Amino acid sequence: MNVIDLRGVTCPTNFVKAKLALELVETGEQVEFLLDDGEPVKNVPRSLKAEGHKLLGLKEVEGHYVLTLEKGAE
Amino acid sequence: MSEQNKKTAIDLNNLKAGGFIKERGKDLFTVRLRVPGGRLPVERLKKIAEVAEKYGQGAVHLSVRQSVELININFKDFDAVVAELGEGDQRVASCGARIRVPTACGGCEYNPNGLVDTQASALEVDRTLFGTPTGHHKFKVGFAGCPFDCPKSAINDVGFQGAVLPELHAGDCIGCGLCAKTCSDGALVMGDDQMPHFNPEKCTWCGDCLKVCPTEAWQAAKRGYTVRIGGKWGRYPLVGTLFATFLPENQVEAFISEVLAWYVEKGTGRGRVRLGDLIIQEGPESLLARLRTKFPESVVDATIAPQIINTQVGTRRIPQ
Repeated sequence: MNVIDLRGVTCPTNFVKAKLALELVETGEQVEFLLDDGEPVKNVPRSLKAEGHKLLGLKEVEGHYVLTLEKGAE
Repeated sequence: MSEQNKKTAIDLNNLKAGGFIKERGKDLFTVRLRVPGGRLPVERLKKIAEVAEKYGQGAVHLSVRQSVELININFKDFDAVVAELGEGDQRVASCGARIRVPTACGGCEYNPNGLVDTQASALEVDRTLFGTPTGHHKFKVGFAGCPFDCPKSAINDVGFQGAVLPELHAGDCIGCGLCAKTCSDGALVMGDDQMPHFNPEKCTWCGDCLKVCPTEAWQAAKRGYTVRIGGKWGRYPLVGTLFATFLPENQVEAFISEVLAWYVEKGTGRGRVRLGDLIIQEGPESLLARLRTKFPESVVDATIAPQIINTQVGTRRIPQ
């Protein structure tokens, strides 16, 4: 599983980093993003969904969030 | 030179709806342009720049209500300015006791928060109601696409805010909790059954749950405008209060027309009174009842008068 750590990165840099990371992943592959609570966990999942990726789940782990998604078509 | 030749000829029909505002300097005016919703096609922007360069003195002003204002225009050039702007399909706006050019945010076409097409609403109201005389005071309309409310809808005489009522299709929910995490209002919490539980009392109808849901389990039960009436700014600001919820987008013009009819009727003989002050004087029930007969699906059961903001300066006139 690809794990992209976006903790400590603020909006919109975290979303742009997520986009850049997803460029290196094949369609259909799963990726985990580590996100801070607050604005990042509120905004980044929605933006990634709007880009055509499939959100699979969200879980809270030790004060941050792990978002799992499947990369959508290019 | 004869006396006759010194006379300036101006087409006074151009001045009917206002939009020409006296400046400090002799002979100089500001010409306020009509830019509904603040969206300006580039071709029109070029024409404005051309006219501003030719007749102005090097700058334009962007008004708070999304207008481009040509500044430092000599009144002798009014006809030429109007004619040349007209070549680019650019019209002059209004001032005075009339329905003004509606403001709007970017709407839903490209703004990810937008829930309704505020640009379409602004264009429709501009087309159908712009410049209508009220007989009493100015009348402003504004459209916000969502409860973020960047255009500050509640300080308009009639302010519209896009809204969506969420409804869970439980069979499609995977219990991921993204909606509850996204909800800014505490209206969604995950239950012990790993399903989101909705508290409609807390919801401001922003639609964030629909936008984030991975499986489209959240759907729109209703979509439309939250409508607040009686707002204004200036010396004695008022925040408009709630008169309708989920007003369908295609009823906006009819709704404003009905509010205007009440305002024209109730304000007669009361001087230069703004809608919000008139509602305070009359009480909100009469306007509410009138709107309910035409918009029974949307008008709220009860409301309060426009809310006075204490600016801590001056003594607010007590409405008679």
